[in-house]
Amino acid sequence: MPSKAQRQPATVTALVIAILAIWMALAAIPFLWTLWGSFKVEGDFFSKADWLNALSGKLTQVETGGRFTGDGYYGAWVQEEFWRAAWNSVVVCFFVVTISLTLGTLGGYALARSTYRYAFWFLLAALIFRAMPPITLVSGYLPVFFQWNLWGHTATTIVVLVAINQPFTLWMLHSFFKNIPAELDESAMVDGCTRFQAFRHVIIPVMWPGVITTGLFSFLLAYNDFAVTTMLLSSENQTMIPKVASFLGTTQTKGNVMFAVSSVVSVTAPLFLMILFFQRQIVSGLTAGAVKG
Amino acid sequence: MKHKSFFWFVLPSALAMLLFIFLPIISVIIQSLHVDHEQVIRTVETCDLFGCKQSTTIDQEATAALREAKPLGQFAGVRTYLDRNHLAVDEVKSTWDGSKGWREFGSQMLNLPFYKAISFTLAFTFVVTPLVIILGFIIAVAVNSATRKIRGPLIFFSLLPMMITPLVGALILFWMVDARGVIGIALQHLAGNPELSVKASTPLMWIMLMVYGVWHSAPFAFIVYYAGLQTVSQDTLEAARVDGASRWLQIRHVVIPHLLPLTTFIALMQLMDNFRVFEPIVSFAASAHATSLSWAIFNDLGGETRQLSSAAATSVLTILGVAILLMPVLVRTWREFDRK
Repeated sequence: MPSKAQRQPATVTALVIAILAIWMALAAIPFLWTLWGSFKVEGDFFSKADWLNALSGKLTQVETGGRFTGDGYYGAWVQEEFWRAAWNSVVVCFFVVTISLTLGTLGGYALARSTYRYAFWFLLAALIFRAMPPITLVSGYLPVFFQWNLWGHTATTIVVLVAINQPFTLWMLHSFFKNIPAELDESAMVDGCTRFQAFRHVIIPVMWPGVITTGLFSFLLAYNDFAVTTMLLSSENQTMIPKVASFLGTTQTKGNVMFAVSSVVSVTAPLFLMILFFQRQIVSGLTAGAVKG
Repeated sequence: MKHKSFFWFVLPSALAMLLFIFLPIISVIIQSLHVDHEQVIRTVETCDLFGCKQSTTIDQEATAALREAKPLGQFAGVRTYLDRNHLAVDEVKSTWDGSKGWREFGSQMLNLPFYKAISFTLAFTFVVTPLVIILGFIIAVAVNSATRKIRGPLIFFSLLPMMITPLVGALILFWMVDARGVIGIALQHLAGNPELSVKASTPLMWIMLMVYGVWHSAPFAFIVYYAGLQTVSQDTLEAARVDGASRWLQIRHVVIPHLLPLTTFIALMQLMDNFRVFEPIVSFAASAHATSLSWAIFNDLGGETRQLSSAAATSVLTILGVAILLMPVLVRTWREFDRK
């Protein structure tokens, strides 16, 4: 609204610009700093002598002959086999997202259409489950998983993450389905469809915006998880986040912090792309619960 | 929707939640009431030229057999809850009798693992949540008064701290405030103390963890408020302006009342999420200075000896904490549903 902007006094404009500049610096600079630093040697990334070294790469020049080096990436991805963890992450995220969405759309649809009181109780139970810190559940899994030899497998972790994901997925899809008019599937049922046929032929074609948004958040949960994956996966099945954490324990003492730095950047890159392409869906998903009630 | 079709539609996700959320909670409660079997000790008498000696050995076979027969361990009641690593009833009592003032009592209590964890968890939750709400609101108002063209990029960068993996985001900040990192060096210059290190100081570590918490969660409050600001009635604002309300008065009397329902939503989500604070403590290697309930469970479960009973007891106490925090939400949701 240009008319409103013109009426804005200069002090207010200055204040707004200052706030935005400070917030942008806080939000963006740590990432840019780490990205830039990941192509340097440790002596530059942590420079006691002069912080400008981290920008100019003085020691990197001395040690490797160039201003940038990919040694950190080589060490992490090839030497420490970070690619294996990356592949595990792809597998885990893919299955968690597909299974969560399949179960979630069925359940969320039923919860949105049912008018009985037990649907409300179901949602309330899901809300309580949503509040449980995942690590408290892990201490319930471990004795049973050890007993039945389920511990360490990727499949176990996928099932656990799907279950932990369900309350959130149900709530989100439930509110999306509420926005699809009930007349749509009811008229299909008047025409002779069963409930499932109505769902299959009428609802599925129009539900994709909600499903994509929910899928993004399921992906984030699986991708970002540390507590469950680190406790339930054996070291060869580890996903990226526990692998990054294991660098901290082992390689920091060896002076190979740069492995951790480069793997941190590698973990961030896909998230960066995801926000870039799906910004609108993420924003709508974050506000779905709040604004629509 | 018919009962039968409802049942079949929700069955898969109900089953998943029943098996992997509800039953584990029950399992945790049962586990917390048991402790490991003691090892079976056998006394053996060996006689030689110099006489007979009695020695004790661990009967591995009998121990294994006992564990096989009763994998839960032996029933211990609430003993685990009362021991030094949890509620520490005896220690608290003796500290209470022994200490002279509140200050001394408080500092003594912080040496007990459970109280150390819960005090940081609660401090974190109740410091970070209001700051997130205030900062998110300020950013939302600022972005809302920026030109439409740059709002997209502003939102993009604002989302970064929230979408980033908590463990990774905390590491990125930690490396910058390290004694050799760029912010760490700047702090040393500002304080005029070249030895200053966040890693070595408890208050600094608490502050850094909370700074991370605010940095990580402020975007969430910002996005929710920003969406709310789009639905503020322009007519009401216009009317306020005509009546001569200043910018501040417009915000105070039109915008803030409009956003109030969103504030309760943000506050409750934040209370739930901040109460489970865990990853930053791992990233910052902060356990010497600050621990949380989630970290305490993680610490019991990991390592060489998995202390399942101890972890289970802390888990039950954490779940109780969550339940207390969640009470207002449940009551509110319940009332809303009843009205409908």
